[in-house]
Amino acid sequence: MSQDWLNGSADELAALVPDGARIAVPHDGLGVAMETTRALIRRGVRDLHLVCVPVSGLQADLLIGAGCVRTLETSAISFGEYGTPHRFQAALKAGRIRMMDATCPAIHAAIEAGRKNIPFIPLRGIIGSDLLVHRADWKVIDNPFAEGHDPIVLLPAIRPDFALIHAPYADRAGNIFIGRERDLATMAQAALRGALVTVEEVRDVDLLASEETAAGTLPALYVAGAAVAARGAWPVGLPGRYEVDEAHFRRYGELARSADGFALYLDEFVHPRRQAAE
Amino acid sequence: MTVSRQELLIHTIARLLLPCRSVAVGASSPIPGAGALLARHWAAAETPSRRLFLTILGSRHLNSMTSGGVELFDMAAQGRVDAFFLGGGQIDGEANINLVGTGGHYPQNTVRWPGSFGSAYLYFLVPRVILFREEHTRRVMVPKVDFISAPGPRPDPVYRPGGPIGLLTNLCWFSFDKARRRFVLETVHPGHTVEEVRDNTGFDFDVADAVQPTALPDAAALEAIRGPIAREIAEAYPRFVAQVFPDAA
Repeated sequence: MSQDWLNGSADELAALVPDGARIAVPHDGLGVAMETTRALIRRGVRDLHLVCVPVSGLQADLLIGAGCVRTLETSAISFGEYGTPHRFQAALKAGRIRMMDATCPAIHAAIEAGRKNIPFIPLRGIIGSDLLVHRADWKVIDNPFAEGHDPIVLLPAIRPDFALIHAPYADRAGNIFIGRERDLATMAQAALRGALVTVEEVRDVDLLASEETAAGTLPALYVAGAAVAARGAWPVGLPGRYEVDEAHFRRYGELARSADGFALYLDEFVHPRRQAAE
Repeated sequence: MTVSRQELLIHTIARLLLPCRSVAVGASSPIPGAGALLARHWAAAETPSRRLFLTILGSRHLNSMTSGGVELFDMAAQGRVDAFFLGGGQIDGEANINLVGTGGHYPQNTVRWPGSFGSAYLYFLVPRVILFREEHTRRVMVPKVDFISAPGPRPDPVYRPGGPIGLLTNLCWFSFDKARRRFVLETVHPGHTVEEVRDNTGFDFDVADAVQPTALPDAAALEAIRGPIAREIAEAYPRFVAQVFPDAA
């Protein structure tokens, strides 16, 4: 099967991301592109605007700790049952990142507006939350269709440059199987340049040929670059494929407590090629 | 039979959820998840049997969403989520909750928590929000939160079909009086007292005329919690089940 759409590695995908890019990443329950994340750190990307859809975990903590992030837009940074995001906390305390605290449905709605390429979208809730106090880009208007006074929040659309995702497999034409996780498609479609996708494998099938797989497919039209990365979500899990590597999260938690420990972590798990070359 | 703290909380939550058709449970919430499973277990045992739909984030089989994570929020907006759970690093007497941080000046707080998640939306839209926080101390139950992630009900023109019905902790269950914007102490868990609740609560609250002890689960409920429910919640919360229900892990 011809695979001229396929890039050679996650590092080739990372090379497509310029400094200052706005990138959207999914939460840990989906396909988190951890190998591409390590490749971004290896490439030394700077000043990213990271949009977490709607939250993130280890991926954000690694990018922040490695100094790749200038702006963080998220509804939460959490490892769930698996520890504390020390590098996120340290960067906030030191004032090293610009924080744009949000709430999950606001990020979903703003990405949806980006997908439609409309300038803004209204959303219920939020009024009275201090989130609104700190988000000068969110505005409150009076619902123009209401009879009485009905304040409602307007959110500017989010159009990231790229969405970064990891998925179980691509078909021979580069269509990506994402299953029920439609957020991944929304992110990819909202992205100006599309999705940078790693997959566990390429299968010699046509996902669009069957109704049973077409609805769970992100068509190659929305893909800006794709590469194979086996266990590309590790140490985060990939639903139905592999579980979270708890032992690794414990190790990370111990090391990332300090900046020095975090640097050791990067040397061991992110920059091994540099070490091999030295 | 000895009832653990977690079993009492799971049972209390299930009682609060029993009237619901659809219950959602958010991130890092093993006890609410187990409570929702017990409520579903009871609903299925009614005559005729009744369905209780669950949406447990972090679970594959206790979750029927097919439009991505955004679907939870759309379901809530449509009125299709009857109950949800929220917590907070701080909770105040007007039911404002803080999931962002404390100390120093935002965003450079001395203590930073994960963030607001979906609270600033779901608190307005879900009719039975149960505030759930195990730790009941003056550190958590404060006179006024340092950051409002989601505001308690207030007399403003904001669209708000939802809001808190009460607050469940390791010590007690408070209902929330939306008109008076105050918590009301309803039941105190066995082994604890009204004085202990007062000593550990940083905000003023009302006390019901006849404060009762929180009802204990019966043998059948305990058997369900320790068996099928512990096994089902283990998919989303393996570490919780390994610690609290090692026999089911």
